[in-house]
Amino acid sequence: MRKKPNETLPSLAKAPTGIEGLDEITGGGLPSGRPTLICGNAGCGKTMLAMEFLVRGATQFGEPGVFMMFEEDAAELTANVRSLGFDLDELVAQKKIVLDFVRIERSEIEETGEYDLEGLFIRLGYAIDSIGAKRVVLDTVEALFAGLPNHAVLRAELRRLFRWLKDRGMTAIITGEKGDGNAITRYGLEEYVADCVIILDQRIQEQISTRRLRVLKYRGTAHGMNEYPFLIGAHGFSVLPITSLQLDHEVSTQRIHTGIARLDDMLGGEGVFRGSSVLVSGSPGTGKSSVAAKFVEVACQRGERALFFAYEESTAQIVRNMRSIGIDLEPWVKKGLLEIHASRRTLLGLEQHLVMMHDLVRSFRPRVVAVDPISNLTMMRDDVEVKPTLMRLIDFLKKEQITAIFTSLTGGGDDPSASEDSQLGVSTLMDTWLLLRNVEFTGERNRTIFVRKSRGMAHSNQIREFVLSDKGIDLVDVYLGGDRVLTGSARIAREAQERATATLREQDHERKLRQLESKRKAIEAQIAALQAEAEAETEEVHFVIAQETLQEKATHLNADAMAQQRGGMSNGHDGMKEKR
Amino acid sequence: MSSHASAVTHQATDSAVRFQLRLYVAGETAKSLAATANLQRICETHMAGQYSIEIIDLRKNPRLAAGDQILAVPTLVRRLPEPIRKIIGDLSNEERVLIGLDIQPIRIQRL
Repeated sequence: MRKKPNETLPSLAKAPTGIEGLDEITGGGLPSGRPTLICGNAGCGKTMLAMEFLVRGATQFGEPGVFMMFEEDAAELTANVRSLGFDLDELVAQKKIVLDFVRIERSEIEETGEYDLEGLFIRLGYAIDSIGAKRVVLDTVEALFAGLPNHAVLRAELRRLFRWLKDRGMTAIITGEKGDGNAITRYGLEEYVADCVIILDQRIQEQISTRRLRVLKYRGTAHGMNEYPFLIGAHGFSVLPITSLQLDHEVSTQRIHTGIARLDDMLGGEGVFRGSSVLVSGSPGTGKSSVAAKFVEVACQRGERALFFAYEESTAQIVRNMRSIGIDLEPWVKKGLLEIHASRRTLLGLEQHLVMMHDLVRSFRPRVVAVDPISNLTMMRDDVEVKPTLMRLIDFLKKEQITAIFTSLTGGGDDPSASEDSQLGVSTLMDTWLLLRNVEFTGERNRTIFVRKSRGMAHSNQIREFVLSDKGIDLVDVYLGGDRVLTGSARIAREAQERATATLREQDHERKLRQLESKRKAIEAQIAALQAEAEAETEEVHFVIAQETLQEKATHLNADAMAQQRGGMSNGHDGMKEKR
Repeated sequence: MSSHASAVTHQATDSAVRFQLRLYVAGETAKSLAATANLQRICETHMAGQYSIEIIDLRKNPRLAAGDQILAVPTLVRRLPEPIRKIIGDLSNEERVLIGLDIQPIRIQRL
């Protein structure tokens, strides 16, 4: 009946818990074949952790388990863990889990003479054998101290029990109440369970409670030493192992549009990366929600599911208000592509909000998530606490390749640089950060937008004016007048002025061109006249030259003829006269 | 139930049973043998003719441990009269066993 412990087991064999985050902290799970002590105050989640370890072992890792409880009975426990989505009745029927309630009533028991706890061993052994269990939970074995008066016997028997579990190769969880002062457990169980000790804690800060988990010791293995916040949600336990979380989520090179064409232009012309996170921050009334709503609307137009978490306005209010700037969300809500969840931040603690978001994202499976505004979640909490939790949320969304847009309200002050820096803590988690600003000038307030950062893409360094109208959102180039950015009516006045100047200049140019043309024509006429004159002169010269040449020729001829005649009778003067 | 019990001498007939007792042991250990012997002696002395005893060896019938919420062995369970009472140990202290079973010692009747 008893199995020999497997001597060939590697010294660091681990039994995965299947609990989100816990396996990362412990480097793979609890020590396989050994007992682990989980202690903490009442209500900190010991039983839930132990139960999830068992259920996941039975359902995901093929390791059936025995849950031996000393405080709650099976029906109570079944009801309690049903809220985590575990159907114990079903698992019991499938012989994957055995529930055994050990009730011990001090008033019913009389002690006389020697005894041992072999009955408990037999009972546990029988339960283990009935389903071939690999995992055991004892919750909370300390109840025996109240039930059995002879603590010396009890301690000896507990020591034997843990030894016995080890010999049988059971991966066991033993829960224990936290003791007073520095004591880890009230009855010093840590003396017997030395392999792995995990401490759960519940603290209340600012009226909001946060649960934390810490691996106090884990013999023979490296483990995360920090305190990690954890949540108990509708899908069970979830530890947030921030510092051990690897940044290894897949990244997409696909770009998606923000719904504002000119904004896409500013972001390298293609919008943001799929699966990235976008922060839109600004002081009140700068149009953050509108950017988020547009982002969501355009996602729905692409046929993608979108989830909108609103912490300031109700669903109906959002739908109505967005309609005023040409964003109609209602059809998408009706079509089932868009879900708007409006709730007050103060309704729940931060961790519960995150659990709720996790659950909704898991069940709705959106491609785009908008949180409006994220600063409400961070309200009243110190940054140290908020950042890891948000990081967890952002990482979760990234892992699921969900593009997220968060709006964030910066301090209401008018000094932009101070209030923007109030978001620095969160901004490092974001891939793209859009900053909306109010610019007050010449008696009016106007909105501007610029890209403060955008990882992995060329982005504009320009400030654009952000215009909300019933036609929707548009970005307009601003004017730089003197050393100021001109927006709103100052910009419009400037535009009109520019237009007028341009018209004038155009007219002036035309006039100049016309003048030039007529001048050119006049010059051309002059040139023609001069040319004609020159030609006439040339002709005259040629005529004179020809005439003179002829005369000279004639003179020569006469002289020759006279010479001939004179050589006979006269000197030829008559010949010349004749010619004339 | 009775199929698991080993009969013990001098038990009452069904109609006369006042004390219905069950002794849980684990194997033939010194403690279980002592408990069995002590129980029989006490019953014969103080409840002659009014009792029945079942002895259950959990080694042979481990699944019976859960029914009566047995942890320690030996455990004597007084099933009748109600309420159920439990006495753990080898029953070596007769006085405490009688207190546990809520029985008046009946020395006078033995005269």
